[in-house]
Amino acid sequence: MSTQAAGAALMFEDLPKLARDAVPEHSTRYSPELELWREEMPGGCHWSGLLRRGNTLRVTARGANANVSALFYNFEDRGERYNMPDTLKIQSTAFIRKGLVCYSDMGRVLCSVADSNCAWHDTIGGLIDGPTVERRYGVRRFQEHRNDMFRNAHDGFLTELGKWGLGRRDLVPNVNFFSKVQVDDDGAMSFAPAHSKDGDFVDLRFEMNVLVVLASAPHRLDLSPTYAPPTVELQCWRSGTAGKDDPCRQAMPENRRGFMNTERYYL
Amino acid sequence: MKIRIVESSLDPADALIDTVHPPGTPWVKLVKAGQTFRIVDLEGNQAVDTLFYNAADLSERYSLLHTMLAQNNLYLGVGTAIMSSENRPMMTITADTCGRHDTVGGGCCSSESNTVRHGLDKRFMHSCRDNFMLAIGEHPAGFQKRDVVSNINFFMNVPMTSAGRLTYEDGISGPGKYVEMRAEMDVLVVISNCPQLNNPANGYNPTPVRYLVWDAPVTVASPT
Repeated sequence: MSTQAAGAALMFEDLPKLARDAVPEHSTRYSPELELWREEMPGGCHWSGLLRRGNTLRVTARGANANVSALFYNFEDRGERYNMPDTLKIQSTAFIRKGLVCYSDMGRVLCSVADSNCAWHDTIGGLIDGPTVERRYGVRRFQEHRNDMFRNAHDGFLTELGKWGLGRRDLVPNVNFFSKVQVDDDGAMSFAPAHSKDGDFVDLRFEMNVLVVLASAPHRLDLSPTYAPPTVELQCWRSGTAGKDDPCRQAMPENRRGFMNTERYYL
Repeated sequence: MKIRIVESSLDPADALIDTVHPPGTPWVKLVKAGQTFRIVDLEGNQAVDTLFYNAADLSERYSLLHTMLAQNNLYLGVGTAIMSSENRPMMTITADTCGRHDTVGGGCCSSESNTVRHGLDKRFMHSCRDNFMLAIGEHPAGFQKRDVVSNINFFMNVPMTSAGRLTYEDGISGPGKYVEMRAEMDVLVVISNCPQLNNPANGYNPTPVRYLVWDAPVTVASPT
């Protein structure tokens, strides 16, 4: 058709040499001497920070039934953000797992799931909010309980977003690492109990400079009557970006194109 | 959600607004609380990418997740409360002759997602996001791209399996099928009638749709 872009390389192999050379041959495997920093995040709390292109955030659950709600924004242009329907449609998947990526609304890869020993990370279960916490667990205020108060991910996200000049207009559908929500043939959603275990981890390799917002409050659909979200550990290590042979890139033609869009942005 | 077909009792002759919207263009309209809004799929399986905003506070808008979680269900149909980002009902679906509508696939097609999904040479094909960007660019409220959130795809069928697959399937809509909803607050309706030519969901043939709006029924006070 007349509006097709002529002259542009459609495959990685057809890119100019300089563009191809900007991509490493191989992806880097984790080793302890690559670590840059480490932090412990208690259950229920919220966190935000900049993860630079070429660094990997390893999130490790330090207890069973962890849930880490997450959102991702392009650090330089925060209107570009994780897009849940694009992530699912492009990869024909209902969930995130090792070998898949998180897409922005601009056809670029914010981060890729380079490794994880947890087979299913939820994309459709949303964020637990104040009213849901109160209905499920009751009330535990700061006045009586100090930092053992009940927290919720919605308020945690708004708190973190405000620090970066963002707000409720930027609160879009999130990922819930370590949680699993399935649907049946009629579309009814159900939370899988006892899905994740102590020591489960996910390696989020950042392919862009990304503002990461996290909350370790319980999953919105977790019906357990006890508020006991476990601690999670955050480790940042210098991995470099996805190599030419990376499984996330080679998983499907769509992802090969997504990585090409991303790498062009940084040339 | 079991598929339910429920016809409307409203007569198009009584409608306040009755208009045909060609594919590949945006449409923006204020629908007031109590009014009823109908979308007619004139030729069948046309994706109608739809967003709602609280007319009194545009930072409150349609929320895919809140809508799914309020029903504990992935799909929209009769009885669905279409929820806002503040977890308040914006619209209630009151009639539906199609049976099921998609939102989990509501990223809206964009030049950028087309390059990834369908080929890097698709960048210059028309897309829903181009329609949305034009609509908000012309609107006096000062919308930004961040306000274009994931939408509803009326008449689309994007089933998810229990094993976690997500695929575009042939539509279950057909010529003349419609979905009808009552506004629970004053809403700004922003629609892109989808121009996507790269997937079979609309038979590679974007077609016009029809909108009707009825005023709230007049309630007659009973004599005391």
